[in-house]
Amino acid sequence: MAGKRSEHNGAKGWLYLLPALLFLGAFMVYPLFDVFVYSFEEGYHSASQTYFGTGLYNYSYVLHDPYFLQAVKNTLILVVITVPLSTGIALLISVGLNSITPLRNLFQTIYFLPYVTNTLAVGLVFMILFQKTAYSDGLINLMITWFGGSAVDFIDGPYWAKMFVLCFYTIWVVMPFKILILTSALASVNQEYYNAAKVDGTSAFRTFMRITLPMISPMIFYLIITGFIGAFKAYSDVVALFGTNLNAAEMNTIVGYVYDMLYGDSGGYPSYASAAAILLFCIVLTITCINLLISKKNVHYS
Amino acid sequence: MENRNDYGVIEKKAEVRKKAANVITYALLILWAVIVLFPFYWMVLTSVKSYGAYNSEYIPKFYTLSPTFQNYVDAFTTVSLGRYLMNTAIFTVVTTAIMLVVITLAAFAFARLDFRGKNIVFVLFLSLMMIPNELVIITNFVTITDLNMRNTFQGLILPSVTSIFYIYLLKENFEQIPNSLYYAAKVDGTSDLKYLWKVMIPISKPTLITITILKVIECWNSYVWPRLITDDERYYLVSNGIQEIRENGFGRENIPAMMAAVVVISIPLIILFLIFRRKVMAGVARGGTKG
Repeated sequence: MAGKRSEHNGAKGWLYLLPALLFLGAFMVYPLFDVFVYSFEEGYHSASQTYFGTGLYNYSYVLHDPYFLQAVKNTLILVVITVPLSTGIALLISVGLNSITPLRNLFQTIYFLPYVTNTLAVGLVFMILFQKTAYSDGLINLMITWFGGSAVDFIDGPYWAKMFVLCFYTIWVVMPFKILILTSALASVNQEYYNAAKVDGTSAFRTFMRITLPMISPMIFYLIITGFIGAFKAYSDVVALFGTNLNAAEMNTIVGYVYDMLYGDSGGYPSYASAAAILLFCIVLTITCINLLISKKNVHYS
Repeated sequence: MENRNDYGVIEKKAEVRKKAANVITYALLILWAVIVLFPFYWMVLTSVKSYGAYNSEYIPKFYTLSPTFQNYVDAFTTVSLGRYLMNTAIFTVVTTAIMLVVITLAAFAFARLDFRGKNIVFVLFLSLMMIPNELVIITNFVTITDLNMRNTFQGLILPSVTSIFYIYLLKENFEQIPNSLYYAAKVDGTSDLKYLWKVMIPISKPTLITITILKVIECWNSYVWPRLITDDERYYLVSNGIQEIRENGFGRENIPAMMAAVVVISIPLIILFLIFRRKVMAGVARGGTKG
């Protein structure tokens, strides 16, 4: 009887899982194998549906493509600048938020707004704020001239100006998540530790370094890891600022390179796109592992 | 006497320091609030400036004395903003609805039913969570193209109707419902599906609402997949629509009309967020990242 019921249940369990299995199989498991197949089919093109051999040529092509190298450079700069900066500023703001009571909810609500906005749409606002056109220098340039600087075109101008806007916008976009995570981490630190420190007359700075920071270190590392992963996959915010022709703007990212290879004017090469995507995955995996190793040494898990 | 004075001085000093710290804290918080809010202010402001006024301002003005709604009219008449919004609404509602059914069934199977291989499948599911979208999107693009589903809603929707993370979240929630309820229902002869519908779903409503909101946000903002799969303007979602408007719409640099479109696109989610503020923030804290 019992055996019969569980057998009956067995078929049923799979039945309930079936839709999820079908969708995941078709759009996740199969593509996962297929992407490796593509990456070894040398020079495969969607239009001709032919390739000239199997091997590592695609990888070598991608690694020698100046556009790819530019994309790697851009992505690395973006990662190195935005991840520490955004985490640091978010920590500062969260500590500030945690130390006040009036208006706290209001600030929290405001800070979260960028999370629920369309990256492409709001990117256009940043574009007009920073752009210098024939009609107007734009608002940011106006402010620069107030302080005695000279106007720069941040959207079509020099490389570092463009990189600056990109970093600025990226930080603006990722802050809500970081502030949210850090404020809840700070709020959950046991108040008794602070009371003990107060009794001992410990300075605020020392309390922060010796109590707060170690207690929230797991969350900081979580944010650094997700920040690295997110920044390596930067794409839509770049498109929002500089348009879809990113190679011409010298602002392409690795993910942008993958999509350019796949689709659009330079597209039709799933083989090169796959090789680039796998290279990206390897970079992200390596960095995540390094992060985890470092965090094992430095993070205090209570 | 002297002693008492000392205490007074120390207390005063401490108070001054506290006040100074407070001022710095508020200054910092207000500064960031301004940085966050300013782009929103600027987009609304620009959207109510007339085309002529905007283009004659070589030095941009921080206010306008003659607001106009003409740009909003233009946004709906000159370019197909209405259609983009409609498409996005259809895409969002259908994707979210199908996903809710798929993940509820799967979570129920994992949480309540016994079958051979359940644990292995669950571990496989969890390991798939680590696969980045960029790795599978290439083949999906080819699959959908081969199925002739480019520029269709099926092509847009099908690859985004499962989420392992949400299955996991819901399964955890389902498992908190006591077993005794399930066996009681079994004794009464209630079918599994009815039990799921009448007991588990109502109890898990808060989690389901959170999942729904997060999925709606994700759908409304999705850009990459719709861009790959649609090149016919009739199927554009808002993200692609705004990109199209930027590159080809409105003729020469009609930025006020563009900003009107941006405002229209941004408002639905901002309203949704303000209504469900706590749920959205709690949901994101539990496992959302942007993208």
